[in-house]
Amino acid sequence: MKQNQSNRLFSKDLVVEALKASFVKLHPANMFRNPVMFMVWLGTIIMGGVCIWIVMGEQSQGSLVYNLVITVLLFFTLLFANFAEAIAEARGKAQANSLRKTREETPAKMLQPVGEMIVGEIKIIPSSQLEKGNYFVCEAGDIIPSDGEIIEGLATIDESAITGESAPVIREAGGDKSSVTGGTKVLSDRIVVCVTTEQGESFLDKMIALVEGASRQKTPNEIALTILLAGFTLVFILVTVTLKPFADFAQAPITIAAFISLFVCLIPTTIGGLLSAIGIAGMDRALRANVITKSGKAVETAGDIDVLLLDKTGTITIGNRKATHFYPAEGISPDCFIKSVLLSSLADETPEGKSIIELVGVNAADYEIKNARFIKFTAESRSSGIDIGEDTRIRKGAADAIRNLCEKKGNPFPEAIDQRVKQISANGGTPLVVSENEQVMGVIELQDIIKPGIQERFERLRKMGIKTVMVTGDNPLTAQYIAQKAGVDDFIAEAKPEDKMHYIRKVQAEGRLVAMMGDGTNDAPALAQADVGVAMNSGTQAAKEAGNMVDLDNDPTKLIEIVEIGKQLLMTRGTLTTFSIANDVAKYFAIVPALFVSAIPALQGLNIMRLTSPETAILSAVIFNAFIIPLLIPLALKGVAYKPIGASALLRRNLIIYGLGGIIVPFIGIKLIDMAVTIFY
Amino acid sequence: MYSEMIGIVFMFTISLLLAIPLGKYMAKVYGGQPTRLNRVFNPLEKWLFGISNINPNTEMNWKQHMLAMMIINGVWIVLGMLILMNQSWLPLNPDKNPDMSAHLAFNTTISFVVNCNLQHYSGETGVSYLSQLFLQFLQFVSAATGMAAAVVLFKALKDRATHQLGNFYVYFVKSITRILLPISVVIAILFLFDGMPMGLEGKEQMVNLQGDTIQVSRGPVASFIPIKHLGTNGGGYFGSNSAHPLENPSYFSNMVAMIAQLLIPFSMIFAFGYFINRRKMSWMIFGVMTVGFLLLAIPNIVQEVNGNPAIAKMGIQQKLGAMEGKEMRIGAAASGFWSIVTTVISTGSVNAMHDSTMPMSGMNEMLAMMVNSFYGGCGVGLLNFFIFIILAVFISGLMVGRTPEFLGKKIEANEIKIAMLIALLHPFLILVGTALSSYLYVNNPEAYASWLNNPGFHGFSEMLYEYTSSAANNGSGFEGLGDNTLWWNISTGIVLILGRFLPIIGPIAIAGMLAAKKQIPESAGTLKTDTSTFGIMIFAVILIVTALSFFPSLALGPIAEYFTLY
Repeated sequence: MKQNQSNRLFSKDLVVEALKASFVKLHPANMFRNPVMFMVWLGTIIMGGVCIWIVMGEQSQGSLVYNLVITVLLFFTLLFANFAEAIAEARGKAQANSLRKTREETPAKMLQPVGEMIVGEIKIIPSSQLEKGNYFVCEAGDIIPSDGEIIEGLATIDESAITGESAPVIREAGGDKSSVTGGTKVLSDRIVVCVTTEQGESFLDKMIALVEGASRQKTPNEIALTILLAGFTLVFILVTVTLKPFADFAQAPITIAAFISLFVCLIPTTIGGLLSAIGIAGMDRALRANVITKSGKAVETAGDIDVLLLDKTGTITIGNRKATHFYPAEGISPDCFIKSVLLSSLADETPEGKSIIELVGVNAADYEIKNARFIKFTAESRSSGIDIGEDTRIRKGAADAIRNLCEKKGNPFPEAIDQRVKQISANGGTPLVVSENEQVMGVIELQDIIKPGIQERFERLRKMGIKTVMVTGDNPLTAQYIAQKAGVDDFIAEAKPEDKMHYIRKVQAEGRLVAMMGDGTNDAPALAQADVGVAMNSGTQAAKEAGNMVDLDNDPTKLIEIVEIGKQLLMTRGTLTTFSIANDVAKYFAIVPALFVSAIPALQGLNIMRLTSPETAILSAVIFNAFIIPLLIPLALKGVAYKPIGASALLRRNLIIYGLGGIIVPFIGIKLIDMAVTIFY
Repeated sequence: MYSEMIGIVFMFTISLLLAIPLGKYMAKVYGGQPTRLNRVFNPLEKWLFGISNINPNTEMNWKQHMLAMMIINGVWIVLGMLILMNQSWLPLNPDKNPDMSAHLAFNTTISFVVNCNLQHYSGETGVSYLSQLFLQFLQFVSAATGMAAAVVLFKALKDRATHQLGNFYVYFVKSITRILLPISVVIAILFLFDGMPMGLEGKEQMVNLQGDTIQVSRGPVASFIPIKHLGTNGGGYFGSNSAHPLENPSYFSNMVAMIAQLLIPFSMIFAFGYFINRRKMSWMIFGVMTVGFLLLAIPNIVQEVNGNPAIAKMGIQQKLGAMEGKEMRIGAAASGFWSIVTTVISTGSVNAMHDSTMPMSGMNEMLAMMVNSFYGGCGVGLLNFFIFIILAVFISGLMVGRTPEFLGKKIEANEIKIAMLIALLHPFLILVGTALSSYLYVNNPEAYASWLNNPGFHGFSEMLYEYTSSAANNGSGFEGLGDNTLWWNISTGIVLILGRFLPIIGPIAIAGMLAAKKQIPESAGTLKTDTSTFGIMIFAVILIVTALSFFPSLALGPIAEYFTLY
């Protein structure tokens, strides 16, 4: 998809790094964060003690080899769990580092401040020495050394290093497109930029810190799941501890190795070992989609989103409105009309104006008109146009504005034009009426072009249970037409910046979670209010600070991907928990008969897998328990696929795959391992 | 054989048909809507609230509800112990039965207050009529306590963000006056016609068919037995409980008793649906419970009807099934059915000796109590089931990629913490209790020789059953256990209290916390919790949690016995 995407799950460097980290993570302070694996850690130490005890001459605990093998297997279980976490961290870090590398040690042309003044003297320093509040200059060909805000000038910038998008973008001082990102390249012109972040505090730095263990906070769902898993662990502590007096009562002695094996196999080590890897992989997947998240919680919340606010322009429709038709008024020849259309739009720099010239099909530069005076659009006149000499006045504007103009001069506003104007509005178009010397010449129809494939995306969202809301400055009639055509559920027409905020508050008061995307400074309050606020990387610093994610691609449809990543994250946790606990059924059938069969031969009836001997049965269960972790690492990193087929159908599907599968797979696995172990044992 | 099966199906169907309208009526009563019986009960309740100085309009939050419950229950424990320890000189003791020992009085009072009725005494010799009447009172109030607690849950799940969950005393009093008392009167009349004794005279002397002169115990039986079943109490008037001919004279009384104990647990489920306006939810819950119930009941009926292979080997025909410890007038099928009804529901009354049921039947009886929420006791069955709903909602919510929610309320870390603790409590009480007893027995078999009638696996089952029955507040005994000793009275007494009140407080705390949360409107992404898919999920959670907690202990008891026998 994008250039900085690595498709391979395990590259050699990452594996080596992760292997080293797996050992470092054996430190008890680290293990203690994960109650399930901490229990395995304790079990391993106890088994180590048992081995030493046997070496010193103890007879009742079985052979040394058997005990050593169990100890080593437990140790492997720990390593595998650590490896899962380490490989996820390594992948996240590698991804973030590749983004960060571009901006390190680029020379910065710093402007020397003298007191409060900024003089034009330039000093070249390494980017790492730039501090917040410094000013620097970038000219054509320079790499921008740090994140910042343009305070002077305008430049075209190549952001492909970060977004993978090759088309250059324009950034200029003031307005909503004033932000630049370190590591991108200035292609033309000269800008003065103010550094907005301290070194080490840019979003990327924050993201890297999130991926690394130190500042990673557990998300609410992760905490709840950890409690659930701790609860199951407690149940099994209870089961194992009380088994001792039960066995004494039944006069069936049980070795320490058997106790520890039973305990470790029963506690949910599979999910316990993969839990943090799943969380990290979620953020990593977001990063691969070129979204920088400021917290793991934001990704998780994205999966819960109920309402999505989308700007019409750029998200639902392609760019801006385009002229699609010219309708001359009665008695006006088409050529004559088109000529005045062309003249009125020559100086019109708006995208709509340009699209009119495009539709006429001539090159505007070919025209040079003498004595022309261009009339700019004002909110008051709601029209623009051109005066040529003293006796030609061409105006183009909203129907009302032109009607007023004409009627003031005593000229009628033709009935047919009025009809046409209404018809265009009703079809979602925008009518522009053109007049020459206060005589109506005709109507231009502007239409929004809806992005291809957007209906399907909204349909997918609807199936996920997410309501889409289009935000547009258009009048309600036009808005409704486009909303219908694109398939959004609701719209906010004639929206002012504060309307988004009001809407978000209203929807949140109903208990729903809202996501929105924004770029401008006036979007910042709404971005902060929304549960998931995605700021575009091209947006202002204020917007980026307010949101909890930054989209490097500036792609408004990215929200859809973010929602799926959030859902995947929760699903992966849920399904692996189910799988892990369902596994216990088979493990019970392997270990419980093994524990008692020597004292109570009748319990051989419970050995439904027909495992060879008590010792091979226990070994097989422990081996299965250890090796299922690395086997599931790819699933944990990639995430369980999300399918928008409705919640109940999804639950059925996952219950069958991971619930039923979780019961059956270990029966087969343990039996196969037992057959293999029997050969060697 | 055929007619025995029809009898079982009939009992179940009648209970269900009665429970649906009763559930609707109960929802009205608890919702404060007018019913036709208002004219009768309004003045009565007004008078009761007046003399107890209770303002029925005071709204309580969940903590105040639980405080009210603990206080009134505390009062009954004190009162009960005083009566039982002084019954010899108190009035209404025509048979001159002696005072109870302190530890037996402790165990007895608690077991009746907590709706368990474990009964380490025999009714004929252990208690006076005054005590019997007080125990009968406790049977009413303990059932009403469970029902009132369940209504707090209903209320919490019905309303949008609120702390006000109605008044505990109102729910409590109405449970008695409008539900338990009227139905008990109807059942008592049926029992009287079936020949159950009712009166305050002492033992009657009579000559039996063999010509021996015997003393026959009697007393206020017909008033005691209806609430024993209706309130899922199960405490027998006589020592041998519903196997006693005066406590359960015929197949008819057996049937009425069976319907009576199924009635309230069934109708609570439907009342829940009517109360929160989600009738489909009721059917989902009923469906899950019924599947669980049938999976336990059918094997039991089959095994008891098929008879014991050890006896078959001796060349003895068993056309009537495994009749050891069973009553001829009731038969193997109805006894097997009863053994599961009385254990899934926390009644614990027995009409046959559970000790004598087949090994796997014994296991199912224990499993029924280990789950303790396939129907379950009066009100508390739903509360127990609610814990499993919370756990199922959490796991399945994650599985569909959404923060888990139940009825529009988010399930978060605090709720999971409580749910997990309560789910943990049940195995904790059972396993630790049995482990301590095993430890004591193993280390000093001579001193505790009187405990166990049977050695080996069966002896282990007897101990496991006793703690399971206590923790589940069931009250049935495997028997064969010498349980009127200091150790068993005190240890099961403690298990009873913990096994009663914590599983009420926990779910109510969760419900109270959920009630205070903002309600999230349903969307297409919301996991519907009233579907069969979700029902399967709950069932799987129940199955896995129970199986995982108890598999090893069951393997050493009934399972080992089964493999030895077959």
